[in-house]
Amino acid sequence: MKAQQPIQKNGSEILIETLIEQGVTDIFGYPGGQVLHIYDALYQAEGRIRHILTAHEQGAAHAADGYARATGKVGVVIATSGPGATNLVTGIATAMLDSIPMVAITGNVATSLVGRDSFQEVNITGITMPITKHNYFVTDVRDLADCIREAFQIAKSGRPGPVLIDIPKDVQQALCLFTPKGVVKRLGERIAPGSDIERAAELLRNAKRPYLYIGGGAVSAGITDDIIQMAETIDAYIGCTLMGLSAFPHSYDRFLGMQGMHGKYAASRAYREADVILAVGVRFSDRAVGEPGQNPHTASVIHLDTDISEINKNLTADVGLVGNIESSFSRILAKCEPQCHPTWQKKILSFRKQGRAIMEQQEQLAGDTLTPKKLFDIINAEKDDDTMIVTDVGQHQMWTAQYIKLERPRRLATSGGLGTMGYGMGAAIGAYIACGSKPVLITGDGSFGMNLNELATAVTYHIPMVIVLMNNGVLGLVRQMQTLFYEHRYACTELQRRTDFVKLAEAFGARAGRADTVEAFQALFREAMASDMPFLIDTQIDPNALVLPMLPPGGSMDHLITTIG
Amino acid sequence: MRSVIAVYVENKYGVLARVSGLFMRKGFNIDSLTVGETDDPNYSRITITLNGDDYAREQLIQQLKKLHNVKRVKLLDNGQSVERELMLVKIRHTPETRTEIMAASEIYRAKIVDYSTDALTIEVTGDPSKIEAFLEIMRPLGIIELCRTGVVALERGRQMLEQPQVSELEIEDAEEDAT
Repeated sequence: MKAQQPIQKNGSEILIETLIEQGVTDIFGYPGGQVLHIYDALYQAEGRIRHILTAHEQGAAHAADGYARATGKVGVVIATSGPGATNLVTGIATAMLDSIPMVAITGNVATSLVGRDSFQEVNITGITMPITKHNYFVTDVRDLADCIREAFQIAKSGRPGPVLIDIPKDVQQALCLFTPKGVVKRLGERIAPGSDIERAAELLRNAKRPYLYIGGGAVSAGITDDIIQMAETIDAYIGCTLMGLSAFPHSYDRFLGMQGMHGKYAASRAYREADVILAVGVRFSDRAVGEPGQNPHTASVIHLDTDISEINKNLTADVGLVGNIESSFSRILAKCEPQCHPTWQKKILSFRKQGRAIMEQQEQLAGDTLTPKKLFDIINAEKDDDTMIVTDVGQHQMWTAQYIKLERPRRLATSGGLGTMGYGMGAAIGAYIACGSKPVLITGDGSFGMNLNELATAVTYHIPMVIVLMNNGVLGLVRQMQTLFYEHRYACTELQRRTDFVKLAEAFGARAGRADTVEAFQALFREAMASDMPFLIDTQIDPNALVLPMLPPGGSMDHLITTIG
Repeated sequence: MRSVIAVYVENKYGVLARVSGLFMRKGFNIDSLTVGETDDPNYSRITITLNGDDYAREQLIQQLKKLHNVKRVKLLDNGQSVERELMLVKIRHTPETRTEIMAASEIYRAKIVDYSTDALTIEVTGDPSKIEAFLEIMRPLGIIELCRTGVVALERGRQMLEQPQVSELEIEDAEEDAT
């Protein structure tokens, strides 16, 4: 590469130039007093980098997150000091818990004013220390460019995550020489030792009931084909976590679905009954496997993760393979031999039958009413493989996990680890900006109420998103717990609001309609899919509908609740 | 079980807060933590003593390694390292107790570093068990206040925790390079 000549620039220009240098094309944000300089530099860089103005900084953070989930690229968000910075916190924590690469940039008061409780001053590096992979408080403009480069490197290396850079106003204004560089390389990952690979392969070769337990790490590693080939070779079945849902095509017949608290019956049972579990990029979260101690199982566990601290954190693995997941997985695969386990196949078949029976029983009880399953049947039929599915958090999210059919990786954005209600609006906007695939946001009236202001953003930027609002007037997932474990004492979960969501959407400039029957929903959903503007469908569902099966919190996989009361 | 862990960190903004924040967040019980600059002013060396089971120790080491400013982490072998701690202790003295205090100090190779009409300040250096033993003797005599540094430790012999090197950011090869 020919040597670039250093050029005199101020901190704000250096920031923008370095972002462009690192391949950033879109950033999400909200201006304010302490980022005026940065926004001025952005103004002058028009055409080279696009800024999406959201309604609220939280929406911008979720948009950067959705952008990253849809593409695997680092999402970038920018906010001013004080409240601007603290409004990012939930979005940053959401990205941290789900290992999503993100760079958050905040302005701060000038270094001479730091620590004096100045106007809109907050120690955002202190606040975000536990929810970022790393963060920077830049006090010298000469360090700025390399801080930004390093931030990108950290965000996308190994187990991805968010990095925050706090830049005081005087650093944004200070001049120094800037030398353009290229895109930073990911940091090298460990490679698991051959002896461990062999031990893992040996366990799989001797397995009688093999099960692949797939998480978000498999999505990051992009190993769809290898997973399928592994399942074919050793006659294994596949289940996943919420984060692993988009790791491979759901039409694949060995896919059992999401396991765990609200998972598919067959997947949860297969996890319990397996004799060898190949766990890929998962953390054995309590929501996916039950609480530690409550669910001791006899299976041998092979655990692949790029993050060494995950091995033996929640569950002691028989073989822990630390390092690049793609490399570990393909090396194990190469050592596996074709196998056939007819007894296991029969067992899985019976689990599936039981799972279907649970679902059909619920559907029968519901009769002709518009049930979540019927909604998803229509959504699955009308969407295409490229449609970006986004959710908020609650019953609708679990129903999505149970019923949605995904065919391509990175076509699902949902807040798994943190469970952030209000995540979906921002994430859907970000995902669309990233990949141009039509987003379908599945949400509930509770979650939607949290960040519905981003409808304004969706309208401004012509985001052709479909919002399926599963409206039941209650905070369903929490209320469900009250139904089952608090003797129907519905403390603060019945909303008693009178919001007219159709009028509300229209007031924002979006299109909207209401559907309470299967036919009406189908017609409206088709219309929404064809719309080039945001389109909200308000659909009433039964407030008493439960997400089943359900693993009681703290309970064992052997005590799944499968029927209503 | 007691473990001693040596850590090299970059001398950068907030590094101590990052390390100590980790203890709080993950619920580790730390006995002591000492920190000081190394031969290379870019780095500091932290010595942590931890009381906990194997799980706590493993998690602490792995979580420390994940911090970006942490460059090296090593669990020191108890039998194969030299541990020292320094204590300053201020003791009330009377004509009756003075001789006993001074005799004990001599046996423990402690130094009297300040003397006033009713108080003595003593400096003791040693491994934590020696410090504890000395305190046991002084306690009935009347401790006014004391201050301990916490443990610093080095491995015996030629063994060492390798000093990290500042590395340059690696840049992806530009596409035009291929042509």
